[in-house]
Amino acid sequence: MNASYSKIWGRLTESMLFLPTTALILILIADFFLIHNFFSIELKEGHLYGNLIDILLHGSPTMILAIGMTLVIATGGVDLSVGAIMAISSSIAAVMINPTIVGMNLTDPKLFINNPQYTWMPLWAVIIVPIIVATLCGVWNGMLVSYGRIQPMVATLVLMIAGRGIAQLITNAIQVVIFNDTYAFIGNGYIILPFSLYVAIALFVVAWLLTRRTSIGLFVESVGINFQSSFYSGINEKRIKLFAYSFCGFCAGIAGLVVTSNIRTSDANNVGMYTELDAILAVVIGGTLLGAGGRFSLMGSAIGALVLQTTITSMLSFGVPASAVIAVKALVVIAVVLLYAEQVKTFVRKLGNVSLRRETAQ
Amino acid sequence: MPDSDRDIIVMKGIDKAFPGVHALQNVDFSLARGEIHCLVGENGAGKSTLIKILTGVDRADRGTIELDGQTVVVRSPLHAQELGISTVYQEVNLCPNLTVAENLLIGRQPTRFGVSVDWKSLNAQARQYLKQLDVEIDVTRPLGSYSVAIQQMAAIARALVISNAKVLILDEPTSSLTANETAQLFTVMRKLRADGIAVVFITHFLDQVFAVSDRVTVLRNGALVGTYETSTLDHFLLTRLMLGRSITDLDEMKAHKIESSQHIRTESLLEASDLGLSNSIDPFTLTLHAGEVVGLAGLLGSGRTEVANLLFGVDKPDAGSLVMDGKPVTDFTPAGSIHRGIALCPEDRKVEGIIADLTVRENIVLALQAGLGWFRRIGTKEQYEIADKYIKLLNISTPTADQQVKNLSGGNQQKVILARWLAANPRLLILDEPTRGIDVGTKADIQKLVLSLAEEGKACVFISSELDEVLRTSHRIVVMRDRAKVTEFSGEVDETKIMKAIAGLAS
Repeated sequence: MNASYSKIWGRLTESMLFLPTTALILILIADFFLIHNFFSIELKEGHLYGNLIDILLHGSPTMILAIGMTLVIATGGVDLSVGAIMAISSSIAAVMINPTIVGMNLTDPKLFINNPQYTWMPLWAVIIVPIIVATLCGVWNGMLVSYGRIQPMVATLVLMIAGRGIAQLITNAIQVVIFNDTYAFIGNGYIILPFSLYVAIALFVVAWLLTRRTSIGLFVESVGINFQSSFYSGINEKRIKLFAYSFCGFCAGIAGLVVTSNIRTSDANNVGMYTELDAILAVVIGGTLLGAGGRFSLMGSAIGALVLQTTITSMLSFGVPASAVIAVKALVVIAVVLLYAEQVKTFVRKLGNVSLRRETAQ
Repeated sequence: MPDSDRDIIVMKGIDKAFPGVHALQNVDFSLARGEIHCLVGENGAGKSTLIKILTGVDRADRGTIELDGQTVVVRSPLHAQELGISTVYQEVNLCPNLTVAENLLIGRQPTRFGVSVDWKSLNAQARQYLKQLDVEIDVTRPLGSYSVAIQQMAAIARALVISNAKVLILDEPTSSLTANETAQLFTVMRKLRADGIAVVFITHFLDQVFAVSDRVTVLRNGALVGTYETSTLDHFLLTRLMLGRSITDLDEMKAHKIESSQHIRTESLLEASDLGLSNSIDPFTLTLHAGEVVGLAGLLGSGRTEVANLLFGVDKPDAGSLVMDGKPVTDFTPAGSIHRGIALCPEDRKVEGIIADLTVRENIVLALQAGLGWFRRIGTKEQYEIADKYIKLLNISTPTADQQVKNLSGGNQQKVILARWLAANPRLLILDEPTRGIDVGTKADIQKLVLSLAEEGKACVFISSELDEVLRTSHRIVVMRDRAKVTEFSGEVDETKIMKAIAGLAS
């Protein structure tokens, strides 16, 4: 009996999902005791309200980014430019809906100011074009890293800096307001749950099928663990990296749309600011090793994004000023670094054995 | 008889079990002052476990360790060093981008006014320490710029410096050294012996056991077979002690080879004409046939690996042409080669072979899957079938196909890589040092496997530093020297003739 318990404990603690799930549960337990009515959920006008729903709503963009970032980090790289790519995609979308700011001389401005139906370009194009451009940004990153053999951090730093400039060029450095209601549905709408959550889930399913139902996932891990052995085994490791960065750009493009749609504004200067760090943090919480790469868990990253958002939402509901929340994120970073240290892992694994030994002794 | 005047270390009744494995069973081991003591045994015999217990990496479940007649508990590798037990591992774990002197004295560098490092005396001290080992080099150059042998010497010097060692353990230091470098290392070992240091030497090369050691301790399956004076043993006897059975009869192997040579096809499978790459290998011409094993003989660095890399497309040639099945090859990449039906089992298992964190199953299907591409994934069930088939065929000892390959012993890792390439079902299999660092029994298995693959109609290129191994398996032998193909032998060949060709002497 005891042996089997210890085995289950061992399996459990070795699973990549153990730490992120435990973290999430611990934070929620703390919320239960510390924050009044944290878990209350109401159904009003066909959609749900409450802290938990807020977490899902605001956590979606990070989740979307984290999905793409997972693959990049698994190849042993990192993508610092996702925030800037978000700015680019959201600027393009905004200008395609509301062209005033780029100096288009339209006959009647009243046509679109405060007009919830108006869009300059058809909505399908407003969604497809930014995503394509964002994917191309990812391709650029991937080319620099794989064929250019530039350090991922340096290679993606290029677009991290340049991207915002490009976004400002597109919008003429003006905040663009979006009046179109259909577009705003992506980040604001509800089908009982926030629509952006469905976007994140759909992307998750696509990413999972793409990596685990094909051999791409295996190749990504293999390249991350040992690219030289992978090359000798006939894997085109450059193409794998190119794919990972492109997919990451694709995800960033979608995240950009979700965020602009949510705030109904595109501000090239602020959209996606520091989100690259959130995405990286979510992936790391999820158990994929930053720097080393290798084994990855998409589910871990998704839970990681939730851990991060739950922390932030809890802080805000607890009354911590928004400006101080970023300091709390730093604490999360420290906690993660500590938790993933090999010594702590071994300690946790042994914990099961010790407590069992005590039981048998008594 | 434990004799504390003579013996510096006496380990008694050492017992150690890991989950699922009884790694050591009641093993006794004693080490005398001023001797070179070889520890031999097949992979998994328990050599490394014994060393790990002696150096404090692992604790024994039972048994005692006496040092200088005092019972000690070695708590950690650091504690072992404080006790005077130093270890030099197979892979040099120093910093290649620091200078030799810094590597030797880092952590105890001489300082001026207790603040700034006194570089002059640091370098002088380092030079002094190395001179004691008869190594005279420029200690201000980065360690990485020297050969592996020199790096080994530096590691030994550091081991002696930092702990004032009484016992020095050398864990397979020779596996990547050339004959010359090995001889150099032996000189150092003998010098240490003369200074009264006890040296434990772990090696897979039986020749080296006889060349340098005073006594041999043989382990088999975690149990002690015995400790012998080296002079009372010979190759055959020692092999039998290690294996518990006599190795594959050489005559049988020879008959097998002659029999299989009848299956060699006349039409060529792969033709390299004046294929070369500047700064890597001079243009060479080589023809391979289905059903034939071609041995590449030569010293380390003679260009054997470079030939393999060109044939497999790891490197792109800048001269000559390569023709497979009558069609000229243009796509020089491993992926392209796999499509053509070529496989390369590379020389450096750790760097170019295994994917350490992936499971045995994933490692085995990797090349096959790479050949199929991104979207034709081999189903999980089929992956297990393939893995289990090769685990059985090659006798890979692993608890399950889901074990991470890094947890396997070196020989078994090698078999996993071999399985990866056999699973890809190539028509030409290039094996670069497939038997390096693995035990005698597995070596014989691999040699036999190569011959039976040839009989099935595959072409093989067999690269090895051990000439008798090349002779035993190859129908034709190509000799390499100084990054060029020197000559080719076929049929019955005289060993000394080949030796002379390798060494560059006129025959």
